[in-house]
Amino acid sequence: MFRHNTVLHALAWWALTGSAALAAYPPTGAVNDPARGWDRLWHEVIVDISVLGVIFAAITAWFVIRYRRRDPAQEGGSFKLTTASAVGWALIPTFVFMADDFYLAAKGWALWNDYRSVPAERLEVQLESGMYSWDYTYPNGVKVQNELKVPAGKPVLLRMTSRDTIHSHFIPDFRVKEDSMPGRVTYLWFYPEKPGEHIVTCAEFCGVMHSYMVGKVIVVAPADFTAWYEQEAARLAKQSAAKPEA
Amino acid sequence: MSSWKEWIFTTDHKRVGILYLIGSMAAFGVAGLMAILMRIELSSIGPTITADPSNYNVWLYFHGAAMILGFQIPALTGFFANYVIPLMIGAKDVAFPRLNALSVWLFYAGIVLALLTFVIPDPPDVMWTAYPPYSTITRGNTAFYTFTVLTLGFASILGGVNFLTTVAYMRAPGVTWNKLNIFVWCTLAAFVLQLIFVPVLGTAVTLITFDKYLGTHFFDPLQGGDVLIYQNLFWFYSHPAVYVIFLPFIGVVYEIVATFSKNPVFNYKMVVYGGVFGIVAISGVVWVHHLYVSGMADWIRIGQMVTTLMISIPVGLMVIGLVGTLYKGAIDFRAPMLWALGVVFLFLIGGLTGIPLAIPSLTLHLSDTYYVVGHFHYVMAVAGTFAIFGGVYYFFPKMTGRMYHEGTARWGFWLTFIGVNIVFWTMMSIGVDGMPRRYYDYAHFPQFLRAHQLMTLGASLIGVGFALAVINWIHGAWKGEKAPDNPWGSRSLEWTTTTPPPPGNWAEVPKVAEDWNPYAYGQRR
Repeated sequence: MFRHNTVLHALAWWALTGSAALAAYPPTGAVNDPARGWDRLWHEVIVDISVLGVIFAAITAWFVIRYRRRDPAQEGGSFKLTTASAVGWALIPTFVFMADDFYLAAKGWALWNDYRSVPAERLEVQLESGMYSWDYTYPNGVKVQNELKVPAGKPVLLRMTSRDTIHSHFIPDFRVKEDSMPGRVTYLWFYPEKPGEHIVTCAEFCGVMHSYMVGKVIVVAPADFTAWYEQEAARLAKQSAAKPEA
Repeated sequence: MSSWKEWIFTTDHKRVGILYLIGSMAAFGVAGLMAILMRIELSSIGPTITADPSNYNVWLYFHGAAMILGFQIPALTGFFANYVIPLMIGAKDVAFPRLNALSVWLFYAGIVLALLTFVIPDPPDVMWTAYPPYSTITRGNTAFYTFTVLTLGFASILGGVNFLTTVAYMRAPGVTWNKLNIFVWCTLAAFVLQLIFVPVLGTAVTLITFDKYLGTHFFDPLQGGDVLIYQNLFWFYSHPAVYVIFLPFIGVVYEIVATFSKNPVFNYKMVVYGGVFGIVAISGVVWVHHLYVSGMADWIRIGQMVTTLMISIPVGLMVIGLVGTLYKGAIDFRAPMLWALGVVFLFLIGGLTGIPLAIPSLTLHLSDTYYVVGHFHYVMAVAGTFAIFGGVYYFFPKMTGRMYHEGTARWGFWLTFIGVNIVFWTMMSIGVDGMPRRYYDYAHFPQFLRAHQLMTLGASLIGVGFALAVINWIHGAWKGEKAPDNPWGSRSLEWTTTTPPPPGNWAEVPKVAEDWNPYAYGQRR
């Protein structure tokens, strides 16, 4: 039933599609949105593992149905493998799995580079997380808690740390999270394309009220953002003028 | 009936094994109850049965820690290894019977320490991972976690020393390395991993206690410590711990599948030297996939993506060996075989859904969501538990001298099997949509309410299914029909002695024929 050449064809197919995908990986547009890349790669991996799963499950199910014991004294009729076929049955699957592994690793690495290379044109915000809030500081010193307002169409970089336990800034809609912790600065970035609201939730167990550590990313039109940003900056300036440092 | 003293002070490997089984099943029962409590709590948004998230966190801590350290590892490397290995290799007992007794005493001490969670004020609430800084600043008594881990760890190390020696020196004449049961190979590999990696876990949890109670600063960055060191130490043990569970449970499944297919294990040497050895070789260099979102350096995240994906090779070979054993078999669907085939199915789903989690870029979204919880329950928790239940059914006639009730065993299997698929498939599905794990409440994710209620329903099926199995065993051990010495017609050595085996196992050292092997079924030579 299994012919080794069927397996060999599969191996060749994986190797070919793998190298083709590597060669054809294109940089798309100005901002390479990792969230889009995530959806694409997820879809591909799901197809990959479903194919493998269906093949294994179908073969198992077929064996289980086909080779039921019919007579209590019956014994199995499998044959003894020759040395060559025993080695073949070890090496061929090894290379098939390895081909698939390297194919997925290459794709995963390419997407990883998108996730980790932040576009130069960006809004950079500092985040200090603490039990149980997200405290953001904009470049001009404006501070907000739990509600991060950002302009549409501009990548946002968060440089993150924590003042107490480990937290993880998770924005499901942007397919990204990264832990923040005391003593280290970590980062993540995302690309808010259109105005809208996106939930931010803590993904690392941080304390008793972990499940209530929630915030929002509010994406607004660039003009609205600029207006709000300057208004907040002016208010901040007024406050610090009213309270001159001693 | 023998007196209780004979059980407590026993050095007989079979009794030690049964003590391990009873203790680990007790841990399973309490930890399973915690799971049911959590599922009830999550069946509505906001408080359901407790208004204090701390209670939920303690249940979650106990469920994870007790299921892994108190149930799966002791049931597999304590009960199965103790009861079965000396019988499989034709030995009278283990190499160090008194060390074995000490090991099971330590195990019970660990279980008692763990159960004190429900008695002491401010019980540990640190999850089974106990990441600092939380574990060093919480009001909960992290020390109980530390001492539970250390005690169970010692029990396990003693077991490791014992069984490596036993298999190396006490095999009956003619039981050569290449004729060992797959279960023996798998368990040896698991003990090698325990001996190498448990001390690292011991170090990590001890330093936590030093930091919390003795004022040291290993994990406190303000004083020159580093919080990430702990996570590296912890997962350096705890990833191999997954194989400490996986290897023996797949070994049990191999025994069941070979016996009930009446077929030799397909490509034995590939399974042992490719599968088992391959897993041991790679297991120590993949732990960073637990730290893909922890802020580790990029190069090591990418490097361990490759090693993690490569795990599919030895594991894939072991699955091929298992499925190949069914080929042209004479398959009998008795209860142990049902549970074993259940493992194949669950492990297939669990293993394949792990592939996205090997890829760091996909994990940036999936990490710490219900997807991860669903995945590891399929691949390790549920597949492992199914193997343990199937294995107990398989060895039940040998252990007790009586038969269980076949119909009840099947009902138990199907209820549990349907239940776990409802719960953990749903879990993976809402995880991909963003449901984070370790949440007492999901007020800001109201869209998942129906899914959570469905999972609570599924959990009740699981509870009933497992309870049926345990009732079946207790009833069978007392009232079951008398079992013959070899009810399944196995060729393996453990079935050649009388049922139940006497102290010393055989009247004289068993002799095996030149062409014997434990899987010598109907081969055309």
